[in-house]
Amino acid sequence: MQAASSMISLDNVTKRFGSNEVLKGINLQVQAGEKLVIIGPSGSGKSTLIRLMNGLEEATSGHVSIDGHAMTHRHRAKLNREYSSMVFQQFNLYPHMTVLENLILAPMKLKGVSKEDAVKCAMENLKRVGLEEKANAYPTTLSGGQQQRIAIARALTMKSSIVFFDEPTSALDPEMVKEVLDIMEDLSKDNITMVVVTHEMGFARKVADRMIFCDGGSIVEEGTPEHFFTHPENERTKRFLSKILH
Amino acid sequence: MSTVLSARAWETVWTYRATFVQGLLNTLETAGIALVIALIIGFTLGLFSTSGHKALKAVARVYVEFFQNTPLILQVCFLYYVLAYSGMGLPVIVVGFISLGLYHGAYISEVVRSGIEAVPAGQFDAAHSQGFEYFGMMRYIILPQTVRIILPPMGNQVVSLIKNTSCLYIVGGADLIASTYNFVTGDNTAGAYGPAYLVSGLIFFVICYPLSMLAVRWEARLKKRTAARPATQTTGEEATRDE
Ligand SMILES: Nc1ncnc2c1ncn2[C@@H]1O[C@H](COP(=O)(O)OP(=O)(O)OP(=O)(O)O)[C@@H](O)[C@H]1O
Ligand SMILES: [Mg+2]
Repeated sequence: MQAASSMISLDNVTKRFGSNEVLKGINLQVQAGEKLVIIGPSGSGKSTLIRLMNGLEEATSGHVSIDGHAMTHRHRAKLNREYSSMVFQQFNLYPHMTVLENLILAPMKLKGVSKEDAVKCAMENLKRVGLEEKANAYPTTLSGGQQQRIAIARALTMKSSIVFFDEPTSALDPEMVKEVLDIMEDLSKDNITMVVVTHEMGFARKVADRMIFCDGGSIVEEGTPEHFFTHPENERTKRFLSKILH
Repeated sequence: MSTVLSARAWETVWTYRATFVQGLLNTLETAGIALVIALIIGFTLGLFSTSGHKALKAVARVYVEFFQNTPLILQVCFLYYVLAYSGMGLPVIVVGFISLGLYHGAYISEVVRSGIEAVPAGQFDAAHSQGFEYFGMMRYIILPQTVRIILPPMGNQVVSLIKNTSCLYIVGGADLIASTYNFVTGDNTAGAYGPAYLVSGLIFFVICYPLSMLAVRWEARLKKRTAARPATQTTGEEATRDE
């Protein structure tokens, strides 16, 4: 068992794909309610790291736990049901269902919520992302920004205490990035744990309690946004930030 | 010997039209029951081969390779004669739907497998991230998408299943081809080859052609729908904004 205050805990975690060692001994604790932003160059293992936290990937060695429970393939469904939701770069809405059906499926099938309550909760969350009028539309008829806002609403309908975001704005046309970031910022005022992989430094600065910089499968630097934007220490961090901030 | 042009031969066929209708009904009955068996086998093995479970995958692989690489007619004969000689003889109609069901089950399982594999990995990720177990994920999220993808090849499978009922004539089936064969060699009706086979072929065509067309239409509709999907792919670096 981990200390009760640690919501997410990675203990000396490595991940290999074949002979490619993608993560090399990661130690990371995320506290309940914390907003953690993960940054790093392409291929540094950010997606793999966040996907380990909800069991989409299985660690090659080391331990991942959620609120003290070991995250394994065997237990991931139960743990995800209970603790977490995820927002993906490619939205991953269910294309054969309307927006409303996308939102009520999991609460009804996984939590036994009645249809009436599920619909009510779904409409509240659609309202929160400003898309109530799209309840009966099919996802593929919507813009990328709208789809991602729906995906966020879908994540909220499970009332999870953790929401993972893996580059939620990277697949969007530039003019749609803000509408999604605004919602995420609004969300950060709730008492949920957020782990966000993003290149959006403005968002990180406003929202993050803590940031980590990944490179080559390791956490190279860790600190507050203040630390990262005013006096980063590691050379690789400095180079990455100067590139990304122009 | 009468030719296609012989009016008398056509008359004989018309007089005995009930034979052809009965043959058609038998063919459709056999095909219908065989299709149910084939679908059950096909979906089960299709799920096996995409399960990521080594033993289940092996079972599906061996089954598919065995049934796809031996002639259907041999499987029919095996089921009928070998079982008959070992004292477990089955009625021809039962041999019919079992052998066709097993054979097309192999093909349908390949259709189902490729249909499941065509569902984007992100759909599986989304289902897992929400907390679905395997069966819930398959039932609500993956298979409904698979079914749309596989409708066209499934239409073709049904057509080929209906045509393959003709293999049953070798064990004395009562399907359309067997009925036609019995007709043209029968005591009272012998010789009306041309008209009889033309009629029989026409019946097959009238049943199978609309099914094939339906498959083509489904395929076109599917293509249109996937093409209509908005392309919003940009890379992370490009989408980065300066603030
Ligand atoms: N399923 C997989 N099979 C094999 N290799 C993989 C797999 N997933 C990721 N990798 C490899 O692991 C490395 C890290 O990938 P990952 O997606 O975690 O990086 P990332 O930091 O998220 O990059 P990006 O910014 O491009 O999203 C890459 O070299 C990638 O090719
Ligand atoms: Mg990534």
